[in-house]
Amino acid sequence: MAAESVNDPILEIEELVMAFGGLTALMNINLRVPRGKIKAVIGPNGAGKTTLFNIITGVFPPTEGLIRFNGQAISDRKPHQIAELGISRTFQTVELFNSMTALENVMTGRHLRIRSPFFGCGLALPSLRRQEKSLKQEAMALLDFIGLAAKSEIMAGALPLGERKILEIGRALATEPQLVCLDEPAAGLNETETETAAHLIQAIRQNGITVLLVEHDMKMIMDISDEITVLNYGEKIAEGTPKEIQRNPLVIEAYLGQGGGFEIG
Amino acid sequence: METFPFLNQLLQFLVTGLTVGAIYAMVAIGFNIIYNVTEIINLAQGEFVMLGGLVMVSVHTSLGLPLLLAFPVTVLVVTLVGVLLDRLAIRPIRKPSVMTLIIATVAASIIIKGLAMIIWGKSPYDLPAFSGRTPIDIGGVIIQPQYLWVIGFLVAVAVGLTLFFNRTILGKAMGACADNPDAARLVGINVRHMVLLSFALSAAIGAVAGLTLTPIALMDYDRGAMLAIKGFGAAILGGLGSFPGAILGGLILGLIESLSAGMLASGYKDAYALIILLAVLFIRPSGILGNLEVTRFKRF
Amino acid sequence: MLRIRKAPMLAGALLILVFPWIASRVPAISHYPDLMVFAGVYALITIGLSLLMGYAGQISLGHAAFFGIGAYVSGVLTTQYGVNAWLAMLLGALAAAVVAVAIGAPSLKLRGHYLAMATLAFGIIINIVFREEARWTGGPDGMVGISGLTVFGYALDSAGKYYYLVWGIVAAVFLFTVNLIQSPTGRALRAIHASEAASAAMGIPIARYKVIVFTFSAVLAALAGSLYAHYMNFINPATFDLFFSIKLIIMIALGGMHSIWGAIIGAIIVAFLSLEWLHYFEEFEIVVYGAVLLLVTIFLPEGLSGAPAKLMARMRR
Repeated sequence: MAAESVNDPILEIEELVMAFGGLTALMNINLRVPRGKIKAVIGPNGAGKTTLFNIITGVFPPTEGLIRFNGQAISDRKPHQIAELGISRTFQTVELFNSMTALENVMTGRHLRIRSPFFGCGLALPSLRRQEKSLKQEAMALLDFIGLAAKSEIMAGALPLGERKILEIGRALATEPQLVCLDEPAAGLNETETETAAHLIQAIRQNGITVLLVEHDMKMIMDISDEITVLNYGEKIAEGTPKEIQRNPLVIEAYLGQGGGFEIG
Repeated sequence: METFPFLNQLLQFLVTGLTVGAIYAMVAIGFNIIYNVTEIINLAQGEFVMLGGLVMVSVHTSLGLPLLLAFPVTVLVVTLVGVLLDRLAIRPIRKPSVMTLIIATVAASIIIKGLAMIIWGKSPYDLPAFSGRTPIDIGGVIIQPQYLWVIGFLVAVAVGLTLFFNRTILGKAMGACADNPDAARLVGINVRHMVLLSFALSAAIGAVAGLTLTPIALMDYDRGAMLAIKGFGAAILGGLGSFPGAILGGLILGLIESLSAGMLASGYKDAYALIILLAVLFIRPSGILGNLEVTRFKRF
Repeated sequence: MLRIRKAPMLAGALLILVFPWIASRVPAISHYPDLMVFAGVYALITIGLSLLMGYAGQISLGHAAFFGIGAYVSGVLTTQYGVNAWLAMLLGALAAAVVAVAIGAPSLKLRGHYLAMATLAFGIIINIVFREEARWTGGPDGMVGISGLTVFGYALDSAGKYYYLVWGIVAAVFLFTVNLIQSPTGRALRAIHASEAASAAMGIPIARYKVIVFTFSAVLAALAGSLYAHYMNFINPATFDLFFSIKLIIMIALGGMHSIWGAIIGAIIVAFLSLEWLHYFEEFEIVVYGAVLLLVTIFLPEGLSGAPAKLMARMRR
């Protein structure tokens, strides 16, 4: 850890290949996520973006290639080990714990940061009760940060989509990650909700947490990203700042070829 | 030939193993038919086999219907039970989850078993073999004619199903449901009918297995669970959902069981098949002919 | 929703405490403490199963095996090796834990139907072992002469006395489990049930939790088995067969899988059903069980403990 400098990328992906049976979902992907920045990965549907997330977070191992987090190879780790290292995520389909309250969802997000010995829990040891109390306060503070403090006692499954998406980001932050991977945080949201999400993502960066983002909402991407990578059919076709990407002919062609417009969902 | 008693015995085990294996294969096929359409493992599958045997006893031995008539009547009765199972136990479940579906089929299986106990009592029944019990002696290996019937019926079921799924519109529609129920619904296939049909078909095949097995191994009300779990073992061994796999898995399981029971402690006969099942589940749950990537994306 | 209130707990404890006294005054139910011993034994198993199935969402169709392992370890060690009964009980629990880890670690990687079948097969295999290893177990006929329990020289030789031992343990296990559910461990279990993908992304080691809960439920079942063996003084394999595993499922489905209260209520009802009420049905017993299980699954998926809330919701409408 000592050898790292602020300029080292927090996440490096080298020559990543992912094949399902005969189908190649990702082809020789190289990607660097700069520390403390917002990095976006865009591309038409089926470009392999969610697959990329699943590989980074250990859902399945890559067919080939290397992933380094803070200089350490992580491609053979299980999802919970990846979380332990400091990478957290949200899901395209919103995977909240629906039968738990918003507060409990965030508290569960802090699982890594607390002790939960089986027998101690069953015996309700005083130290664990104290921990539970402070855990509740920390979780409330986080709900406050994401603007859902008023909804703390509502079941996650009963919240509207916009708030569910925000809550899921909050739960990911509860793990105290260094890198948070957001899978389409604005999908299905209206304009105001999208704006709220965009503000939250910027606030996350201001807290020193690196953001890796997959998104279809081009306005949001162009507004908040520091750097963008474009995937198409499992291959990287462009990389650069929002301005560079907007002018890149390959990118325009990839999107127009899909049926026109940047807003294709 | 008298000089090779060990070899003879081995061949004898092979013959009985293949016969029992053919029964397991038919049960496994029954599992697959329902699983492919609904992704449900019907834990009552073994009860169809038990019913096949006992209903046949009633219509053939007690009512005195000739074999050729008793056979279709039995299959029809058990098929009806399969239909009732879908209508009364599966379809009414409002929020199906793996847990509730497992519990519902378990409940159905003990209801069927309990009713069978009331109707037929606890004692085992025999059936006359289809073409007598004069054994065929091939170089010291004894083959009961009924063994040939069992294997013959497995072949008939396999050929029949192949034709059904590949040549008939109904069969193709069922196949479509198995591949993609949503798409099937879109093109106008009534998925509910297909589910019902899968239960009916699977019950019919179970009945065939049961009524051919009874002249060899007798039948009583309590046999269903063990037949079900061994049939499931065969289905898993071959790869859940695969029909060639079911046949292969059934035959292998039958052989292993027969050989191990012959050579090792026979009291553990039932345990060997189950140990194989556990070993497959733990080491390669996708089975011999199964596809791991497919099973990963199944709903349940 | 998960806050378990103190008042019903106190009321329940009081009821358990005075029940033998009430039963002794009413001739018609004077044998009920005996039935309640069995209910308590079942409740020990269902509390663990409810944690496994209702909270962690993992099915087991083989818990009769752990019940049997506890009973047989107690039976064999005390009758054939003269081991102290309490020590034998401890060793039975330990044996169940070892088996649970060995079978649970690979099984719990399986999902849904596969897990159900693996546990089903496991249960049957263990039952076959009970039947076949007659040198130790007495084979299908079972073993007799298992001693009763004594506490500091005081023999628990009547249903009334044994009742307090069993229900004392049930109360302790109940409290432990209630604490557990309301702790970070309980939250992790519910999280796993709700979404394994999200739980893993939160750093929850899913496999470890599943094995821990499976083992805990196995230990409770073994404990119940030991208590059963020392109470009955006789055990045979039929007690620990597949049908008992299914009965356990009936208990927790009937009581309500997502409730520890439900686990106890289900255990009591099924104990009375099988030992008292279903005698009237004789041959129909199995059918009644099947029908109850099916009807509950279809019409009362939350079990009896979910019924009041359902009723309230309907009345409000």
